[in-house]
Amino acid sequence: MNFNLTKTQELFRQMIHEFAEKEVKPLAAEIDEQERFPEETVKKMAKLGIFGIPVPKEYGGAGGDNIMYSIAVEELSRCCATTGVVVSAHTSLCMVPILEFGTEEQKKKYLPKLASGEWIGAFGLTEPNAGTDSSAQQTTAVLDGEEWVLNGNKIFITNAGYAELYLIIAMTDKSQGNRGISAFLVEASTPGFCVGKKELKMGIRGSATAELIFDNCRIPKGNLLGQVGRGFRIAMKTLDGGRIGIAAQALGIAQGALDETVKYTKERKQFGRAIAKFQNTQFQMADMQTKIEAARLLIRSAAFKKDEAIKNDRISYSADSAMAKLYASEVAMEVTTKAVQFHGGYGYTREYPVERMMRDAKITEIYEGTSEVQRMVIAGNLFGKL
Amino acid sequence: MIGGIDMKILVCIKQVPDTTEIRIDPVTKTLVREGVPSIMNPDDKGGLELALRFKDKFGAEVTVITMGPPQADLILREAFAMGADRAILLTDRKFAGADTLATSNALAGAARTLKWDLIITGRQAIDGDTAQVGPEMAEHLNIPQISYVAGLEYDGKTFTVKKQTEEGHQLLQFDGKGLLTVLAPAFKSRYMSVGGIVDAYNKEVEVWGADKVDLDESKLGLKGSPTKVVKSFAKELKQPGVIHEVDAEKAVELIVSKLKEKHIII
Repeated sequence: MNFNLTKTQELFRQMIHEFAEKEVKPLAAEIDEQERFPEETVKKMAKLGIFGIPVPKEYGGAGGDNIMYSIAVEELSRCCATTGVVVSAHTSLCMVPILEFGTEEQKKKYLPKLASGEWIGAFGLTEPNAGTDSSAQQTTAVLDGEEWVLNGNKIFITNAGYAELYLIIAMTDKSQGNRGISAFLVEASTPGFCVGKKELKMGIRGSATAELIFDNCRIPKGNLLGQVGRGFRIAMKTLDGGRIGIAAQALGIAQGALDETVKYTKERKQFGRAIAKFQNTQFQMADMQTKIEAARLLIRSAAFKKDEAIKNDRISYSADSAMAKLYASEVAMEVTTKAVQFHGGYGYTREYPVERMMRDAKITEIYEGTSEVQRMVIAGNLFGKL
Repeated sequence: MIGGIDMKILVCIKQVPDTTEIRIDPVTKTLVREGVPSIMNPDDKGGLELALRFKDKFGAEVTVITMGPPQADLILREAFAMGADRAILLTDRKFAGADTLATSNALAGAARTLKWDLIITGRQAIDGDTAQVGPEMAEHLNIPQISYVAGLEYDGKTFTVKKQTEEGHQLLQFDGKGLLTVLAPAFKSRYMSVGGIVDAYNKEVEVWGADKVDLDESKLGLKGSPTKVVKSFAKELKQPGVIHEVDAEKAVELIVSKLKEKHIII
């Protein structure tokens, strides 16, 4: 048992921390205000290999691990939660499933493009009538000769419009329920595919969230990911990994808000002394710090288990990542709300970053499974079949 | 060979405390070194960046060298992660206590055993600010040097250096053989790449003791250091100044009387 980062992980943490401080933080307020996708940062991250952290070098990745990946999302989100989720959705929801479920041909074709950041990836599961209940999928895929024909809509898709590759979940046999669902890889340039309405959101406003429309979209037969009827399992496994990314995003937001509040309460004077000197400030912030550290340990533990699971497929990290996401996202909401409170009236203005952080935190309790879904996963693991 | 293919560059780097995070202990008035992170000296990092740009463009081979305690290994790993090909750590108790002369002697001694066309050092280190080690190395090695370099271009034949001066800059041409001391702001250094970081600890840092350096031991470490520190002290804060709002004639009188009072003029 060792709680220290390895030398490699620590060197990586230093790099990504500096990168986030110098390249990401200065843009955070602007991209939020303008609801603008941070394309310039994406280019810089691509150059450094940040889009290919857990992918082996043989497929053009950096050959890193999931701890490093979680540190990347945490450090980026500490400065800008939008930038964090661009990396998280790309990595966990598109690239890693190809690595885990793809054929050798699919891996060779798509991983080098995704890992280098030349292409950004996205994932489409949610539909207007199928959120948590993913078996209610209405998007269909029908095999016609050598091609799959996709029809339907996906909504709330992160990186939509900027991604070149989409992992799409669709119904191939409605009579089979969850076992009638399959996964597909759709290139953005495919005729019959288009990106619809962009959502106007409360937080992570620089992140592109939009609808995907499939209108007789024909993709090669070989773009089926995994086997026919295994799409639900692929989606659930994908979300197990994705939740580590979102947990890390939530942790980063919470840490960012705490850092800002430490700075502010030391400077802000009321009744003749810095508000950091009041016991209420100290006790509340001690609790915030403790919860952040607990969230970090849950996330690192889940990420460590995911790395172990790569070597041993009998290891499940499903409940671990659900607990990490549940806890970290609720901590993020609590810490950012308190951070705004400590900032008083200033905290409610856009002059201080805690206002943005509080808006950004909320989504972490919702996407990639709401807090309620996380509790379902954790309870399911606890009780087994009842 | 220079000309694009086999150029070898030796970059000297130093691990220094991050002076932006240094505080003065209010009681002892000394520097608080505890908890202060160690970093690659900024000017040296600029020098490494310059070398790596030549590697990217012309395929130069980049070796980094540092003299320091075993912990200085960290900046060599960082150099690997940025793209350096080879790394050497000069570490030995015999090197300890070195002033700039002994340091430049040790580095020059190591350089004599290596093959290189160009040596790049930072202008100065943020912990000592002497700006002496680079120029001294060039003297020991008897090679030309250009200090305060803020730009370097190569057109396939000639190297053109932009040398910063107090008034502006000079453009100098040379054949690519010699030593340059580099200014950090001119070469915004790259970040370590993720792939580079993953490989950094799988590469070998060559650890050299005093026996590997082509130099008489008397010139190393404390023995080879003519600089003797007599006393060190924390600078005391000056009293705030006094503002006199008077006309010019009164001001002259006032200044003269103050200068006399302090015995600066009689």
